[in-house]
Amino acid sequence: MVIQALSFYMFAAITVAAGVMVIASRNPVYSVLYLILAFFNAAGLFVLLGAEFLAMILVVVYVGAVAVLFLFVVMMLDINFVQLREGFLQYLPIGGLIGVILLIELGLVAGTWLLGPEVTAVAAVPILPADQVSNTEAIGRVMYTKYVYLFQASGLVLLVAMIGAIVLTLRQREGVRKQSIAAQNARRREDVVATVKVPTGGGV
Amino acid sequence: MVDFWEGYALPTIIILGQILAIVVPLLVAVAYLTLAERKVIAGMQMRTGPAKVGPFGLLQPLADGLKLFGKETILPAGANRLVFILAPMLTFVLAMVAWAVIPVGDGLVISDINVGILYLFAISSLGVYGVIMAGWASNSKYPFLGALRSAAQMVSYEVSIGFVIITVLLCVGSLNLSAIVRAQETIWFAIPLFPMFVIFFISALAETNRAPFDLPEGESELVAGYFVEYSSMPFALFFLGEYANMILMSAMTSILFLGGWLPPFDIAPLNWIPGPIWFALKISAVLFLFLWVRATFPRYRYDQLMRLGWKVFLPFSLIWVVLTAGVLLAFDWLPA
Repeated sequence: MVIQALSFYMFAAITVAAGVMVIASRNPVYSVLYLILAFFNAAGLFVLLGAEFLAMILVVVYVGAVAVLFLFVVMMLDINFVQLREGFLQYLPIGGLIGVILLIELGLVAGTWLLGPEVTAVAAVPILPADQVSNTEAIGRVMYTKYVYLFQASGLVLLVAMIGAIVLTLRQREGVRKQSIAAQNARRREDVVATVKVPTGGGV
Repeated sequence: MVDFWEGYALPTIIILGQILAIVVPLLVAVAYLTLAERKVIAGMQMRTGPAKVGPFGLLQPLADGLKLFGKETILPAGANRLVFILAPMLTFVLAMVAWAVIPVGDGLVISDINVGILYLFAISSLGVYGVIMAGWASNSKYPFLGALRSAAQMVSYEVSIGFVIITVLLCVGSLNLSAIVRAQETIWFAIPLFPMFVIFFISALAETNRAPFDLPEGESELVAGYFVEYSSMPFALFFLGEYANMILMSAMTSILFLGGWLPPFDIAPLNWIPGPIWFALKISAVLFLFLWVRATFPRYRYDQLMRLGWKVFLPFSLIWVVLTAGVLLAFDWLPA
């Protein structure tokens, strides 16, 4: 148990510290790298909870795909830090206000968190204890049976968002020569190659 | 005191011993893979390959290693030192930690976790960070371009690798790597899922930045890609990491499709040979394919690489996921 406690404090401390560094570091690339560290340690916390499937998915999706694209964009941008910090004092009051409101709301939620007894009673799909099914299976059972419509709906939302992003960024430019793979594959030897007998000195 | 010994010290020593038992043979294999690559390509091009250091050039990897140790580590003046040093270390460490879940024999695995294949997928998707960080920290245009190419390429081909893994998982019904191998006792998945096997192998070539997809280090246009600015030991770490990744992808191929430690047929002379040897033989066979491809094919053009990943492999593997699921459901072959 000592090892688990020590691991928990290590992961938790690094997660919090990395989270602070995300907003505190001056270099945006460092911020993204700290964000990755925070994700990674959060995955460690999931493993300690016994939710190994969520931990791996967190690493695959957030660290392996989303953060790569973040890093990609941040590295390409040429950010002028002096210019960024110019308006800092001007926006401090409103930014601070929003922060304080969010903090109060979070406090209210955490302080009054109460799961009604009827909610747990009407849970339609009882989740089997951990020694009977692995948590991958448990998640699958709940998600693809009871909540299958919600699952499909969230998939549709993502699809619409993806199509929207493509529509916004796709532009057809005139006069760009592109390779037409189908036309290329459809070419036959007979259509394009001809054997010509050229007389000496005559040319084609 | 006895509690401490039995509860903490002894398990730590055992785990350290297991780690050494995996990592030391792995590093030796990496060293000799570099020699094998030069010898195989030399053979295919009717040359001798390295033959001067030791008998048949067998000491060549040691000589190369010593040479790299003896070189000066150069940190470019414009580089971001911290990230510059961190990148090769990250690449190397990630190539090593993935081996924690690889079953080399029946029960011979450091950590037999339930989500083994997801762990492998997660670790191999992290490999791109070493490349991007190296490219950015070098503060130089060729490494940066190489890193950008690599990031786009690895993210693209991961998607089709994911679908191939899903197809295999549908046939197994478990994410555990040992269970995946045991499911192939009757028939290796390479036979019923042959198209997926081909897609996985080609995607593995792209994922490890090997020829014909070695655009991140395309020497004709990018000098050497993301590690142009590296020298001495940091360079050696990149090199070792890249070759260890090749071995890792070969191990994944043999676990997913070639029956891991299982012999081809469960009959007398074949099943006398211990599992780890079968596993090593299968890894070597896949590695030979890697080298054969490198000696045979010219490099892809970048837009064709992206087209292959997104417009050919992704739809094809998606169709195969649906098809496999449909067949399993229709014939009631779904694993319990």
